[in-house]
Amino acid sequence: MTMQFFDEPIDLTPQPGAGSPVWTGVAASGEDLQSFAIAAHRHGGRLATLWGADRRHLGGGFRLHAVFGIEAGHVYLRLDLPADDPVYPDLAGIFPAANRLQRATRDLVGIRFSGGDQRPWLRHGAWPADWFPLRHDAGEGRGFDNPPSDYDFVQVGGEGAHEIPVGPIHAGIIEPGHFRFSVIGERVLRLEQRLGYQHKGVEKLMAGRILDEGLRIAGRVSGDSTCAYAWAYSAAAEAACGVAPPARALSLRALMLERERVANHLGDLGALGNDAALAFGLMQFLRLKEDWLRLNGRLFGHRFMMDRIVPGGVALDLDAAALREIVDQCDAIGREVRELRAIYDEHAGLQDRFMTTGIIDADLARELSLTGMAARATGIILDGRAWRQGYTPPSPYAGLGVRPATDERGDVAARVAVRFDEILESLRLLREVAVGMPSGETRVEMAPAAGGSGLGVVEAWRGEVLVGIELDDGGRIARAHPHDPSWQAWPALEFAVLKDIVPDFPLINKSFNLSYSGQDL
Amino acid sequence: MTVAGLFGQLLAIVLALVLAPLLTGWVNQCRAWMQNRSAPPLLQSYYMLHKLFLKDVVLAHGTSSFFRTAPYVIFGCMLLACAIVPTLSTDLPLAPSADTIALVGVFGLARIFISLAAMDIGTSFGTLGGRREMLIGFLAEPALLMVIFTTALISQSTSVATIVETLAHRDFVIYPSLAFAGVAFTFVSFAENARVPVDNPATHLELTMIHEAMILEYSGRHLALIELAASLKLYAYSCLGLALFFPWGIAAGENPLGLLAAIPMLVFKLAVGGAFLAGIETINAKMRIFRAPEFLGTAFLLAVLGLLVRLLLETRV
Repeated sequence: MTMQFFDEPIDLTPQPGAGSPVWTGVAASGEDLQSFAIAAHRHGGRLATLWGADRRHLGGGFRLHAVFGIEAGHVYLRLDLPADDPVYPDLAGIFPAANRLQRATRDLVGIRFSGGDQRPWLRHGAWPADWFPLRHDAGEGRGFDNPPSDYDFVQVGGEGAHEIPVGPIHAGIIEPGHFRFSVIGERVLRLEQRLGYQHKGVEKLMAGRILDEGLRIAGRVSGDSTCAYAWAYSAAAEAACGVAPPARALSLRALMLERERVANHLGDLGALGNDAALAFGLMQFLRLKEDWLRLNGRLFGHRFMMDRIVPGGVALDLDAAALREIVDQCDAIGREVRELRAIYDEHAGLQDRFMTTGIIDADLARELSLTGMAARATGIILDGRAWRQGYTPPSPYAGLGVRPATDERGDVAARVAVRFDEILESLRLLREVAVGMPSGETRVEMAPAAGGSGLGVVEAWRGEVLVGIELDDGGRIARAHPHDPSWQAWPALEFAVLKDIVPDFPLINKSFNLSYSGQDL
Repeated sequence: MTVAGLFGQLLAIVLALVLAPLLTGWVNQCRAWMQNRSAPPLLQSYYMLHKLFLKDVVLAHGTSSFFRTAPYVIFGCMLLACAIVPTLSTDLPLAPSADTIALVGVFGLARIFISLAAMDIGTSFGTLGGRREMLIGFLAEPALLMVIFTTALISQSTSVATIVETLAHRDFVIYPSLAFAGVAFTFVSFAENARVPVDNPATHLELTMIHEAMILEYSGRHLALIELAASLKLYAYSCLGLALFFPWGIAAGENPLGLLAAIPMLVFKLAVGGAFLAGIETINAKMRIFRAPEFLGTAFLLAVLGLLVRLLLETRV
């Protein structure tokens, strides 16, 4: 059963399994891929992720993987490239989100793209430009010199314009990233980010492992989204092996994903108050988050629920008393969140900082392929858990009637409002899932399918988390690629700060709270 | 100059050095309680100073001797300010050396030194902080002067000791002008001492800092002196505010017993003032930096209103 989208000549087949709807297909040439990208862009689609793989040892050349998000779900395209000169047309002119992804792919696998921005992205000089860590014959890659590398930042000239370099080491204990502000006085003229300081070779580490080992690595790509990564990884593995997990396992997964969402929103809402010097907010939200995490620790055996979602199902089960406790906690926390929301909403000083700060509008968000909470705060109704025309959310969300939280202002206040709404909606979902928990098995046995491949998509608290897996002939991981929504959101932050002044940047940054680790890999 | 006067002066200086870190510790404690968290010990500021004095100084490359001398100058300025402001007694041998206008100048001198030292290291954060400090300073100083002129008009003198003596030891009179001046002075104190809602002394966000951005590169005894100077500044401002607007309890002239009786009164007033400061800091968010001119403009306006009220309503022609 094949179908085509946008009248493009690429035959697509729906992926098996119980995950988010994904159609897979093969692009015959770079031009076909480019033409599909243009059609997807014209139909309001977005670039979800892009990665490359070396398949020379499997008897091929190189392979480019591109995933597009469209109204009906995701289209996962593969493009085979020759072994001697792997090159494909630049997609960044169509989807700006491709810029950094293409550069990272070039740095890691050595697949080139023609034209566009050719600066390195993940390669900071720790390895030579003609050595590619993700090629199967690359070796360990030790013993390279690590000279200080220059990076060609875009310069802003003119009377009084100057630069403020910030990071990668910051005054607070946060992840490393470099921000180059071009300013006049306090006004920001341009912000350019340089990331990649946390590159630790996650993808190389996953290659050659069995599925269960890969899961532990995927769950540690970005610790605040460990459930989302584990679910996306498991969904990809299940699709690769043609297995569907039991209904009870899916409900337990949703329970964990929503608890992860609430925990992160609680922490960030407190931090947002603190960044505006309202430490009272931080203390209150931290207390709620701590209660929340302690219950995680007690019921799930881990405060962040790491390694609880596994390929084939889940690694634990909850009894009726535990589900009762979850429902009770939802009621208690919901009351407090509503009270705190009233305090935030009525605090003139706080609202003055939040409102009109860090605006991105819906057009820009679409152009940047933005997903998740930040996109919904611009008024885009895009939530992988909710029904929309032509799209069926994956189980168990299909039966829950998720109401996506949106706000049209696009500023920090909008992102705060969306976070509050999402907490309350997640509390409702948690209650429904806990009360309607299906009975039965929590895990099915899975035999790794030789040569299988799959893509898992999960609506995490930050946005869309994707994991793509290709298995080799022995059923081990040939190539796995985790994609963090931060790839799309970091460039949005560069735009969000443009109308504002330097001291507002930390607040805007916190309202997105993006992952460094998740995209540096 | 009398022996008792000299004793009173020395006692005031020693008391400032002892009480200033305690006041900072007390404000931090109150703030922690109001935020529903357990508080650091009252002596935490002392522990910090002790630690910093024991640590080695690390200097950034390319710093001049100016960077190294600035902490001593800033500390000296703040200690002098504490000596001029009548805390226990109005009989201060040092008082004639500087009146209120000179006091504002002493604060200004410290500000110039800390800003220049911040620029001396040549990092963008130092310059950023120095620039913002000057923005706040040049708006706060006129407002502070206006407050002082209002009180000077009442006592017909710009000497702090005379002003306080007039307000504290004459017959009790209600001056409406002082109400305006008092509110204006509170506004200025928040801006000058880098407190919420103008600055946030507890932040780690380097891009939002004002005072902290200037001292990012300081370490060891230099940082200790700057921290102590910041405590002394808060103490001096608190004592000036208390002396101008709540002067009761300050000993008049040469009265050794009055001097001793003034100490518990001062501690009590500082404790109340510190709790008030912590309360304001807890319920407010930090304003956008370009709201600071509005905030300080309001302070200036109130101070001018106080001056006009004094001139138009309280003066018998």
